Amino acid sequence: MERRNVDIMGKLDWLTVLLVLVIMVCGWFSICGASANVENVDLFSFATRPGKQMVWIICALVLGTVVLFIHQNFLNSYAYIIYIAFLLLLLITIFVAKDTKGSRSWLNLGPVSLQPAEFAKFATALALAKFVDRFDFNPAHLGDLLKACAVFVVPMFLIVCQNETGSALVYMAFLLVLYREGMTGSVLFLGFCAILFFILEIKFSPLNFGDQPFQVGTWLVLTIIQLLEPLILWLMSKNRQLTLTVGGIGLGGMLIGLAVSLSIVPFKVTWLQIGLIVLTSAYIFFRAVKDMTHKYILVALFALGSVGYLLSVDYAFNKILQPHQRTRINVTLGLEDDPQGTGYNVNQSLIAIGSGGLTGKGFMKGTQTKLKYVPEQDTDFIFCTVGEEQGFKGSVIVLLLYLGLLLRLIVLAERQSSVFGRVYGYSVACILFFHLFINIGMVLGITPVIGIPLPFFSYGGSSLWGFTILLAVFLRIDCERTTSY
Amino acid sequence: MKSHRFDNRKYSIGLMVVSVVLLYIIRLVQIQLIDTRYRNSADNNALYYRTVYPTRGVIYDRQGRMIVSNQPSFDVTVVMRNIRNLDTLAFCQSLDITQEFFDTRMADIRNRRKNPGYSPYTEQTFLAQLSFEEISEFREKMYRFNGFGITQRQQRKYSYEAGAHLLGDLGEVSKSEIEGDSWYVQGDVIGKQGVEKYYESQLRGEKGTEVLLKDAYGRIQGSYYNGEFDKEAVPGRNLTLGLDIELQMLGEKLMQNKIGSIVAIEPKTGEILCMVSAPSFNPSELSGRHRGEHYQELQARPDKPLLNRPIQGTYPPGSTFKTSQALTFLQEGIIDTETKYTCNDGFSFRGLRVGCHSHSSPLSLNFAIATSCNGYFCWGYYYMIGASKYGSPQNALTVWKDYMVDMGFGYTLGVDLPGEARGMIPNSDYYDRHYNRSWNGLTTISNAIGQGEVTLTPLQIANLGATIANRGYYITPHVVRSVDGEDTDTAYTNRHYVNVDKENYEIVVQGMRQSVIDGTCRAANNRDYLVCGKTGTAQNRGIDHSVFMGFAPMEDPKIAIAVYVENGGFGAVYGVPIGALMMEQYINGSLSEASQRKVEDYSSRVIDYGEEER
Repeated sequence: MERRNVDIMGKLDWLTVLLVLVIMVCGWFSICGASANVENVDLFSFATRPGKQMVWIICALVLGTVVLFIHQNFLNSYAYIIYIAFLLLLLITIFVAKDTKGSRSWLNLGPVSLQPAEFAKFATALALAKFVDRFDFNPAHLGDLLKACAVFVVPMFLIVCQNETGSALVYMAFLLVLYREGMTGSVLFLGFCAILFFILEIKFSPLNFGDQPFQVGTWLVLTIIQLLEPLILWLMSKNRQLTLTVGGIGLGGMLIGLAVSLSIVPFKVTWLQIGLIVLTSAYIFFRAVKDMTHKYILVALFALGSVGYLLSVDYAFNKILQPHQRTRINVTLGLEDDPQGTGYNVNQSLIAIGSGGLTGKGFMKGTQTKLKYVPEQDTDFIFCTVGEEQGFKGSVIVLLLYLGLLLRLIVLAERQSSVFGRVYGYSVACILFFHLFINIGMVLGITPVIGIPLPFFSYGGSSLWGFTILLAVFLRIDCERTTSY
Repeated sequence: MKSHRFDNRKYSIGLMVVSVVLLYIIRLVQIQLIDTRYRNSADNNALYYRTVYPTRGVIYDRQGRMIVSNQPSFDVTVVMRNIRNLDTLAFCQSLDITQEFFDTRMADIRNRRKNPGYSPYTEQTFLAQLSFEEISEFREKMYRFNGFGITQRQQRKYSYEAGAHLLGDLGEVSKSEIEGDSWYVQGDVIGKQGVEKYYESQLRGEKGTEVLLKDAYGRIQGSYYNGEFDKEAVPGRNLTLGLDIELQMLGEKLMQNKIGSIVAIEPKTGEILCMVSAPSFNPSELSGRHRGEHYQELQARPDKPLLNRPIQGTYPPGSTFKTSQALTFLQEGIIDTETKYTCNDGFSFRGLRVGCHSHSSPLSLNFAIATSCNGYFCWGYYYMIGASKYGSPQNALTVWKDYMVDMGFGYTLGVDLPGEARGMIPNSDYYDRHYNRSWNGLTTISNAIGQGEVTLTPLQIANLGATIANRGYYITPHVVRSVDGEDTDTAYTNRHYVNVDKENYEIVVQGMRQSVIDGTCRAANNRDYLVCGKTGTAQNRGIDHSVFMGFAPMEDPKIAIAVYVENGGFGAVYGVPIGALMMEQYINGSLSEASQRKVEDYSSRVIDYGEEER
């Protein structure tokens, strides 16, 4: 391969750099607000968190600049070696790391501690990019897909072993990358359905349908399955007669049952629904065999599988999960109020953000964050400080900065000429997106409390440097794109 | 490119990103712009409103002498979290407490049921209201006791050991007091008796607040917006009393070992010059840490030292009451200065007899007052109640009662002290009920001589003296002359004119003068000024009460006085000499040597009351 000198200054995507720098600066100011005591602290002393973060940021800029000079060819060639090196590092960490709050993820290197899991992301992204870049990779092929998944499931597993489940979950973001590369959308669809059914079942199950002897949650989920069944059937077969038969029997039967239960004899309509789903599925099987098409069978399997899933969710939630895990799920779903226990963090975080109002209390004027009501306020809950001190305006600006960065990364990924570049680019975008989704969702009380940092924003050297390397590698790859179109 | 057919998936992913950000913005709108709940919780979380206590108003006497002021007292506080290697033995020694006390006190502080506001991070009171001396040893060694500290408070300081009843005291607010006035919170002090109670709202001032920031552990982190929202405390207002503290002290000394009252009033202003309630106690006893113990000791005593007898004790006024009868009879035309009644060692009529001592008979009003003749006033009363112009004894008694009420009897006078009693002036309904409507002047004859159903407080007797000194009016007696230099209520400046002519008052004044010249009050005579007086010897179950009512100087009265010594015998035994000494002290500003010897004599006299509850 020919080694060209790349005009980094000219081809670097300065918009991305600018967005990231602005986010870092916003993050630094927020850390000032979060770490400040009532008596103002010296912002530039290394002893304080703002002072340290300043040092981390400067190091990150140096690090990022250095990374920009690494050739894509080198990265491409050594992707697997880098990947394996990081797997080993993750493995070693499990045994070497000191136990800090139950987690074994920190490597102590003299004055600084580093979290290898934060750096493994870029290695995994490189390996995945290289793997998908193989000319014979076929996303429709199950074997290829499973191998691709293995690339990120192995580090995930190692990180779970370090007791950093939150960081491990981030690797789920690679599924979205594979989706872009052609993995069937049904995986995402099934995932979405699984989450939706779970939430509806858990959230509405304690409620009875009026004074009827069945539960709203179960009825709701079963009705959705009954609606999806003919809908998917229609999308797959375009067979009007079949669709109407299945939809008519299923929904019609359910509505009649509901009417009977409401007006004549109350009974468990949900059992009738399960019966109807089994019946319609059997009919679809029959038609599939008759019409000699396996497509229908998937629909029937989906319907039956959903019912099975629903029943096992109920069982798992009430029988398998530990009480504290149940509580955590319930608090997230807003079923349990527990402001002193699990809900304390989220409650205090909502109070801090809510008290910011439209314009916020002003820089360093936040009472909730300054007085340590919000836990982890300069790391995972950093967005609280923005919400409290900068108010709605500041929060929206930060969200829009991230939106801009993510959309820009998608655009950059799409303009890559190589699959390697595109997969890597999407990996960066999806990892950042996942962090944003979980972190801010948790602070706003939407997603469960999973301790992962807000990229380029939260206090901490490891995550900042990890993201910097992740992004800088992509920016370098982007510099080497052939401007063919 | 092999994956061109999936190119539009970039839109799905982009859409996902946009929808998540949109969802979060909607959520922000909800919690930051719509829902106000969070803002309120934030303030509850973080703001701590510390009350700044105002200094309580101080109290001066009529000469401008400070009699009640504030002095620092000290609380030992503890922050449980900060205790390190405490040498309990040395600690207990420095505060002169026992190990057991230490253990129970620490347990009580930690007990959230007894101490609901407990936090191991904030200051808790370990020991309250220590004096400078009591705290000094601890203060020296405090550096050894990590976690313990001292905070300063205020308590009352009394410059004179006198006037306890009148001044009153401070105590911790009760539950009902908190419910009655939202100004108070648990642990505040409030005036419990006397002037401290009556003028509580003027003395207490206004509380200030300091807005502070507290962190998640309840620790104070500093002031909120540099104190911009703080409110300064406004000190209480100072009181100047009409009281003469020297006179008060002399009165208390004279009344040592006796039970009774002395009330002196400045007739022109109605200001109370002294108000002695015997037995008395040192006002400092009811101040500070040991208030509770002392209060209980005083409460348990059979002679009831906590009772403020001048306004709470109701007694038969005895012969001092005859002056009010003379005024009534004169005004109603029952008698005039020439009217003479017979007295054969008393009043005897239709089998009823009221005794009297021997003197010449028949006699006129002037001499009757001077000798305190029972017969004369019984006849006067008999003729009044029986007078045909009223139509019935009921009507006559109503007219009589109206005079009495007009003179300030039968109802509270409205003195500015809590707990004033009204005394008793019977009306015709009262007798109708008791005698089934068949009664007349004879049935109720003891009213004429201040016995029977009639009772007055010593303050009302003194006020009668002041009214006579003023020749027909009084100003409601009051303790406080001014609040921070401003005059008090007009109720304490308006003259109340009694519906009796001035000439009739002059006649009674002459009688009271005569009493001092050659009557029962001879011992009150003084070369320097003319004294007017009237004795009383009030009968009761035991030995008679010794009573004196008088004023001086005759033509320009500066002081009107009532002395009431329970079971003191004749009015001349205790009442007259004590009253004379008090008047001399006030008018001359000092006592002659002879009088000083008398003071020693009278103050050392003991009246034995036995152990009976009174």
